[in-house]
Amino acid sequence: MTAPAQAASPLPPLPGHGGTGEPVLQVRDLVKHFPVMSKGIVRRRVGDVHAVCGVSFDLYENETLGLVGESGSGKTTISRTVLGLERATAGRVRYQGHELTELSRRQMRPLRRELQIVFQDPYASLDPRMTVHEIVAEPLRIHGRYGSGAGAEVSELLRLVGLNPEHGNRFAHEFSGGQRQRIGIARALALRPKVVILDEPVSALDVSIQAGVLNLLMDLQSELSLSFLFVAHDLSVMRHVAGRVAVMYLGRLVEIAPARQLFARPAHPYTQALVSAIPLPDPRKERARKRITIQGDVPSPVRPPSGCRFRTRCPKFANQLTDSERTSCVEEVPALVDRGGGNPVACHYAESVELL
Amino acid sequence: MTDIEAPGSAGTQLPPGEREFTVRQRTQTQLVLRRFVRHRAAMVSLVVFVLILLWAFIGPHLWHYSYEKYTEDNSKPPSWKHPFGTNSSGYDAYAQVMRGTQTSLKIAIMIALGSTLVGAIWGAIAGFYRGIVDAVMMRIADLVLTLPLFAIALVISSRTGGSWYWIAIVIAGLTWAYVARVVRSSVLSLREKEFIEAARALGASDVRIIFRHLLPNALGPIIVNATILVATGILTETALSFLGFGVQPPDTSLGLLVSQAQTAVDTRPWLFYIPGAFIIAIALTINFIGDGLRDAFDPRQQRVRQ
Amino acid sequence: MTSAVLEVEDLSVEFGTEDGTVRAVRGVGYRLDRGESLGIVGESGSGKSVTALAVMGLLPTGAKVRGSVRFEGTELLGLSDARLSDLRGSGIAMIFQDPMTSLNPVYNVGYQISETLLRHNPDMKQRDARKRAVELLGTVGIPSPERRVDSYPHEMSGGMRQRVVIAIAMANDPDVIIADEPTTALDVTVQAQILEALETARAETGAALVLITHDLGVVAGHTDRVAVMYAGRIVETGSVEDIFYTPRMPYTLGLLGSLPRLDREEARLTPITGSPPSLLNLPPGCPFSPRCPMRRDVCDTDEPALRRAGGDLHLSACHFADELVDTGADQVFDAVGADTEALARFADAAPATNPEEDPV
Repeated sequence: MTAPAQAASPLPPLPGHGGTGEPVLQVRDLVKHFPVMSKGIVRRRVGDVHAVCGVSFDLYENETLGLVGESGSGKTTISRTVLGLERATAGRVRYQGHELTELSRRQMRPLRRELQIVFQDPYASLDPRMTVHEIVAEPLRIHGRYGSGAGAEVSELLRLVGLNPEHGNRFAHEFSGGQRQRIGIARALALRPKVVILDEPVSALDVSIQAGVLNLLMDLQSELSLSFLFVAHDLSVMRHVAGRVAVMYLGRLVEIAPARQLFARPAHPYTQALVSAIPLPDPRKERARKRITIQGDVPSPVRPPSGCRFRTRCPKFANQLTDSERTSCVEEVPALVDRGGGNPVACHYAESVELL
Repeated sequence: MTDIEAPGSAGTQLPPGEREFTVRQRTQTQLVLRRFVRHRAAMVSLVVFVLILLWAFIGPHLWHYSYEKYTEDNSKPPSWKHPFGTNSSGYDAYAQVMRGTQTSLKIAIMIALGSTLVGAIWGAIAGFYRGIVDAVMMRIADLVLTLPLFAIALVISSRTGGSWYWIAIVIAGLTWAYVARVVRSSVLSLREKEFIEAARALGASDVRIIFRHLLPNALGPIIVNATILVATGILTETALSFLGFGVQPPDTSLGLLVSQAQTAVDTRPWLFYIPGAFIIAIALTINFIGDGLRDAFDPRQQRVRQ
Repeated sequence: MTSAVLEVEDLSVEFGTEDGTVRAVRGVGYRLDRGESLGIVGESGSGKSVTALAVMGLLPTGAKVRGSVRFEGTELLGLSDARLSDLRGSGIAMIFQDPMTSLNPVYNVGYQISETLLRHNPDMKQRDARKRAVELLGTVGIPSPERRVDSYPHEMSGGMRQRVVIAIAMANDPDVIIADEPTTALDVTVQAQILEALETARAETGAALVLITHDLGVVAGHTDRVAVMYAGRIVETGSVEDIFYTPRMPYTLGLLGSLPRLDREEARLTPITGSPPSLLNLPPGCPFSPRCPMRRDVCDTDEPALRRAGGDLHLSACHFADELVDTGADQVFDAVGADTEALARFADAAPATNPEEDPV
């Protein structure tokens, strides 16, 4: 390993993206395409799924950056590509002076101690043939740290996430969903990472269970100074945990802002629609709300719309813009820049609206 | 529909301190065992098979005649002295059937173990790496499957002097490809599971992923296949020996015994039918055990019984 | 006084399993007035879906169902399959979480809607049925319905399919629509559209709605009354205002407290510790008591009945419902997170071995 020798010079921060302190993980112009193959004996590449298209963001020390979007937005692909579980088609991922996209699997290995992930499905992400102790000990074994005292370390990890260490000899399926997710968190923490990617960590859990896991994650972050990249589709959860939130639509970032600002005054029509669509568990407020609704479904990522990808569903495009204004939506990809609202928005006609 | 499935995942009541464990209480192994025990045909077969196994391997040490020693009695029908009779040379058929069953079982089990070991690793590697590795490895396996098992076995075993392990190796060398195909297909679906991705994210090596995660999770189909291979092994060995290319005298196997007795079907039927009955009994019991295991490993069996 | 369209009384459902009898539903009762909407909320395994299936007579034959389900005065339990089929669709329509449960993949959606129409109106002409199908598709918000009427389910997105299911549900002007997690599998923006379509369907047909969901937000916006289910029983019921502003059952309070919200900033959530009990060999007493911070001795022995708490129609199954007047979730539940001692130890402790050369 030559890691320490390399100068850890961070890239220049992205203008207006917010965030304080040192950036730990920097993503620039990340692109990920998946080939679409024809059927039959001779399988030819007939197109690409444009899963992630030129996404840039910085993750700072000890912050939670939320990455929010609906299915097909590419948020999960980003989490996989950043960790090298998928190979990036183009773009850079920089961590402590390393260009992760250029590293071989072997070179990436020592860095995996510092970059960890918690998966969405607590049922699928734990090997059903392993006991809980084995699952949590696996990262230690892989990285040659399973020496004497490792047994106690595993017990300590289990205690840390709120599980009884005496249950270490049980299998994962004997636990409830919330407990399993805690096992997944213990496994991710075993190597004392600096960055943890949380890929929809609570979306498979019931509400009453979810809250406990969220509290746990927030405690872990503040005590252990972790940086979280929190990927989720649930805006309410996002608002609760994230300091900054980046909104994705069909492979592109459409808006990024501090959580408070994003929810109070969303500027991109898609963010506005998303905020409007979340039902509030408060009957009076819910019934009195102003809403911006959108029609239709997300277009196919194989042939995404030209220009602004949201224009096919955009209420502004449909109802408010003149034909000449629409031309730029069709022809020009809106850049993610500050358009006067104080945060970067990828909409030619961005306009903050108060919805809550 | 999640609510309907909930009962299936419900568990038994626990002491107060462990109250959080409301989800299913049993391990996978316990569940499989439980379901297997409830499969009546499989359980009966298992008992019968174990009895045959004990009889064939321990019996010869207790019986007062050896399979390779002549007795003074020639061509005697079954009696207290010779429960299965004797043949024209004066061998005690009871001792010979015991020895034959032992040899046949040894061959069959060796075939099952050998081809399972090779086939499972072969299939796991092919399924894990996919692409060109998979294509090459599986074409080789397909090639092996197209080889006429019998012709090859005949040619090779005729040159190896009929010792039981050579016969086992030759047959296993032609049957591992079945196991490889089964294991490959389970590995292909397993490798997409999130826990494999989790292992990768931890930096696990390919060897670790294959041997610690993929193969243990493919254990169900592997065990079921191994069982069925025991039955296939018995029948193949029998057929080879019957044709004279299997086990050679003075050693004996069930197939050889049947073959030697074919001229005596009418005159001394006990020499033909008794080893024949053993072949059928072993093949049948193993098939039932295989059925029971397959049902026990089948996750669809977890549904609510009606 | 309006007459009830649907009355469920003391409904219980049991399943025989390998491990014994699972009591999935234990004495559920509710009454649905004409045109009214009732939300049934609960977490997975609470029995909310089984209740709906029992009402529709759609449970597998192994299930033992007792109690009474009356639709416009007619007892449904024990009715023959043929009679029930007549009622399903024309009287009570059902919408499932997965639209493919109700759609047949080999017929186009127009055919499936017309089939429903013709089944309950034998005199209808084929052409009229098709015209009505196009109309219905338009009503539920499917763009260019004339074209879409010939599409097959697999050519449509999840949201579109769910709209088709809603169109089929409203085809015969039902009196009750039961929607079981109709938007759970969908994205939020699509969920909003589907809920809107459901509202339209109700407005058009005047049907009463039973909306089963785990999402308290959906209930808050779309129902008049709410029933909260836990461990196979209704543990609290009342108007949406009762339930959301003055809950009188610790479980409801806990649910609300564990919900992160978009409209306010909460420093910390108050989760309910533990998990729901197994419905197999349920111990005596209140099923929520093992997770309840207000638990007292009586809770372990007597299961509280659903009793009046507060307003006329506000019922709660808690011995100490009166103590919950004007109480917030944070006053009852702890905001538990990580084990603070273990966390402090972990933060201080150095790694077990030094991160030296990697054993590759």
